[in-house]
Parts: sequence; structure tokens; C-alpha cells
Amino acid sequence: MQLIPCPWCGPREEAEFSYGGQAHVPYPDSPAELSDEEWAHYVFFRANPKGRFAERWNHGAGCRRWFNAIRDTATYRFERVYRLDDPKPGVTELARSREEGTAP
Amino acid sequence: MAELLRTHPLQAWAGAFERLPDTVRLTAEPYVAMVDVRLSAVGAEASAALGLDLPTAANTWVPTDDGRAVWLGPDEWLLTSTTEAPEELEARVRAAVLPLGGSAADVSAQRIGLRLTGARVRDVLATGCSIDLHPRVFGRGRSAQTTLGQAGVVLLSLSDGGDDHVVLVRSSFAGYLADWLLDAALEFTPTTARQE
Repeated sequence: MQLIPCPWCGPREEAEFSYGGQAHVPYPDSPAELSDEEWAHYVFFRANPKGRFAERWNHGAGCRRWFNAIRDTATYRFERVYRLDDPKPGVTELARSREEGTAP
Repeated sequence: MAELLRTHPLQAWAGAFERLPDTVRLTAEPYVAMVDVRLSAVGAEASAALGLDLPTAANTWVPTDDGRAVWLGPDEWLLTSTTEAPEELEARVRAAVLPLGGSAADVSAQRIGLRLTGARVRDVLATGCSIDLHPRVFGRGRSAQTTLGQAGVVLLSLSDGGDDHVVLVRSSFAGYLADWLLDAALEFTPTTARQE
């Protein structure tokens, strides 16, 4: 079974986690002023890239905390996990940690 | 109406536990008072108010005067007490953390403890749980919230030898987990002991 590195608990089995969809989707500044179409875009429309994708995950069977992860949707490889208040790592940062072998 | 006596969820398993060899010893721990504490900022103030240092390192627990303080999350702890009544513990902890913006809830009925002692308990646990239980990384003071079999548990390590653990499990899952542990222990039980 794949191990997912929880930022708090360390590597744990995939079955302990649940998926939370795309990360960094900002809540609209003025939701009351959105048209139905704009609201539908906020609620339902998500990116579906092949490759690196910033996602939310929840460690439900462990610390029960949400965290963000950069996962490659083609290979299932977790390139980085980071806490919710940490900034999204840039492409160069990810590439560097991959070269240095510090990625999880 | 018949008088309802308070019984331990694992009372019916006591006989089966007694037949286990010393290398895999299961004991149901008596009820203890437990309180779930939520507190965002942990500092000297919280330590002074509670009279103990809450563990801030992930997956650790520390002994207290009459119980344990277990890390459950970056802002969540489980405090246990063997001497205080659940209401007393809840009231005392709540009074201590409320001024600091925290909260305390009595969760004594939620979990019960199972003590696992013996040279082979690490092997028994390893049959149903993927975390590294080697004493080098899971020595005394370490804890883990994970799944054992199909049940969510809090594992506490009580010794540096890896031969003394406490499993905190939800009361309604205790029977399942006891059956599961007995089944897993079968592999490490000498044949002669099985025939008794």
C-alpha cells in the first residue's frame, strides 16, 4: 500500500487518508454579487492536470488534520506535503528538492 | 426491573486473555477518566494552569501525576487520570484552559485501554498495523494514532524494550479488537498452551 507522509505524523498508509480535492481555491471576495454561472464555476470547476497537482488531504485515522500535497497525477508520487498555512511551493523549489533527493 | 450493573466491555474476554502465554499478555485496563483538551497556544501559562507540560512533539505522550497526557494533534491532547472522577477532571481542566481560549470535554466513555505486555506483542501488533514499532523509533513516550486491524486506535509505548504497550480503543470496537488480537496472538502461542 502506498505510504503518504503526513506533515504531523510521518509516513502512514494511504487508507488512513481521505482526499479533499484541489487546494488553493480562493473563496470569492463578494459571493453575493456572483452570477449563477460564476458561482457554479467556483463550486464545481476544478483543474484536472496530468502531472503536478496541489491537493488537499485529510489524515482521518491519525491526527485528523488537513494538509496540502503536491502529487503527480500520472505517477501518484507525492512530491511535497505542507501545512495549510505554508505557501504553495514553486516549480523550481520542487525541482530542486527532487534533484537533492529530499522529496518524500 | 433488574438492576443494571456497570460492566467492562471486555469482561467476557477475561478468560481468553488469561489463557495467553506470558510472551503475549493482554490485560483490559480499568476505566480511567479521560478529557479531550483543545488549546491553540501552549506556553508557560498553560503548563502552570494545568500543572503539567503538554507534549508539543507530534506522536508523543508524557506521564502526569496520576495519568497520562497524550498528543492527539497540534492543538489537541488527551489527559487521563486514575484518581479523579471524570466530572472532577473535566471541571479542573476546563477551569484551567478556558481563560486561555481552550476547551475541555469529558471523553471517559469513549475509549478503553488494553495493556499488551510480553516479548512478542510487537509481532502481534505488526500483523495489523504498518507503523514502525521498533523500540529505536517507538520507545517509551512515543504514541501513534493509527488503525489496528480495522479499528482506529491510539497506541502508546510504555517501555524502551518494545514489550509494553497500551492500546486505547473505542469501547464499541473493544470486542472486535480483542477478538482480532487473540487471533493474531495465536501465531505466537505455543501449541501446548492452545490445548488447555
